[in-house]
Amino acid sequence: MAQVYGNDFTAPGETPARPATSDEPETFRALLEGEGRVEPRDDLPDAYRRTLVRQIAQHAHSEIIGMQPEGNWISRAPSLRRKAILMAKVQDEAGHGLYLYAAAETLGVDRADLLDQLHSGRQKYSSIFNYPTLTWADMGAIGWLVDGAAIVNQVPLCRCSYGPYARAMIRVCKEESFHQRQGFEILHTLSHGTPAQKAMAQDAVDRYWWPSLMMFGPPDDDSPNSAQSMAWGIKRFSNDDLRQRFVDMAVPQAEALGLTLPDPEIRWNEDRGHHDFGEVDFTELFEVIKGNGPCNAERMAHRVRAHEDGAWVREAANAYADKQAARPGADVA
Amino acid sequence: MRDWPLWEVFVRSRRGLSHVHVGSLHAPDAEMALRNARDLYTRRQEGVSLWVVPAAEIVASSPDEADAFFDPAADKIYRHPTFYDVPEGVEHL
Ligand SMILES: [Fe+2]
Ligand SMILES: [Fe+2]
Repeated sequence: MAQVYGNDFTAPGETPARPATSDEPETFRALLEGEGRVEPRDDLPDAYRRTLVRQIAQHAHSEIIGMQPEGNWISRAPSLRRKAILMAKVQDEAGHGLYLYAAAETLGVDRADLLDQLHSGRQKYSSIFNYPTLTWADMGAIGWLVDGAAIVNQVPLCRCSYGPYARAMIRVCKEESFHQRQGFEILHTLSHGTPAQKAMAQDAVDRYWWPSLMMFGPPDDDSPNSAQSMAWGIKRFSNDDLRQRFVDMAVPQAEALGLTLPDPEIRWNEDRGHHDFGEVDFTELFEVIKGNGPCNAERMAHRVRAHEDGAWVREAANAYADKQAARPGADVA
Repeated sequence: MRDWPLWEVFVRSRRGLSHVHVGSLHAPDAEMALRNARDLYTRRQEGVSLWVVPAAEIVASSPDEADAFFDPAADKIYRHPTFYDVPEGVEHL
């Protein structure tokens, strides 16, 4: 299975979404083989459709749940400039969620249903958002590392075989680079500030480094659905390849920040032309996916409360629309 | 909760260019659709003009019949200037 914001996969013991390998329409195979794009009204195999719905929905959920850890710091941003930037970033994430829900709907599902499935725990979101944001420096670490890992995962999705998803990802990726840069800038400023500020930046990187590596999913040998996603042109690179790419980009950036990555095994490997790095503890990842992360319950409770508290706004908008439509000479909508 | 209708959004990025489809959104009425489209699709000055169209009002050709539907143009290569031989030395043609 392909990762997007990470963890579009299941923990051991959970039932995986197993794509049926049965007959695929001739036209569909021809499209894939020609590196063509598949569009909503084409004849799509059920398993392809189900896999995409699951992945795009999970991606959309991750975008909107991802607003919470950063929303936590908007009112406490250290300056008006930082506050305006953080609000713009969080607003972008809401937008990413909406692009993706719209892409999922082209597959014949309904956004309201997808939200129900999120709220009832039947669909997941990325584990990375189940970690707490304890200090202002976490806004820096999230932008630099979490958005950075998301970019590495998402850029190949701009060439995904499903047209509406690929198009949504192009918009998302255009917006993400500002997210990563503003995070890098926060850390750079702290790292070149007082010793206490630098320590705060280092602490945030220490806490976010390993969870960011987990965003790429389990090692390749342990990722049963990847092959099918590759065959369908949904996934283009393996989890381990993407993780390696991310490490190779992060190491020199950490140096430029004057911060260290919390892995004593990181070193340049001349033969491979890549950085070696330590082993990721995937038992932690699977615990977080199963709901045992530090903030799982809080994130869901907040999400459900926000949805319920917003009911009156949706009702008022309906009432207004009805009133407008009932006016003599009103346009149809 | 009643579902809000789906709207397709088109953005004109600059004067002189046509509106291009950028995506869709849900909104209870046309006015809200326009406002939401502004917030969703033009946060970075991507446009100078927006259209929102109820998705249900769009009539589309069918992909199953695409071959039969578009084929009649396939054997009319004489509609392209490259079909014609131009004698050596003839310019501005
Ligand atoms: Fe995003
Ligand atoms: Fe982002």
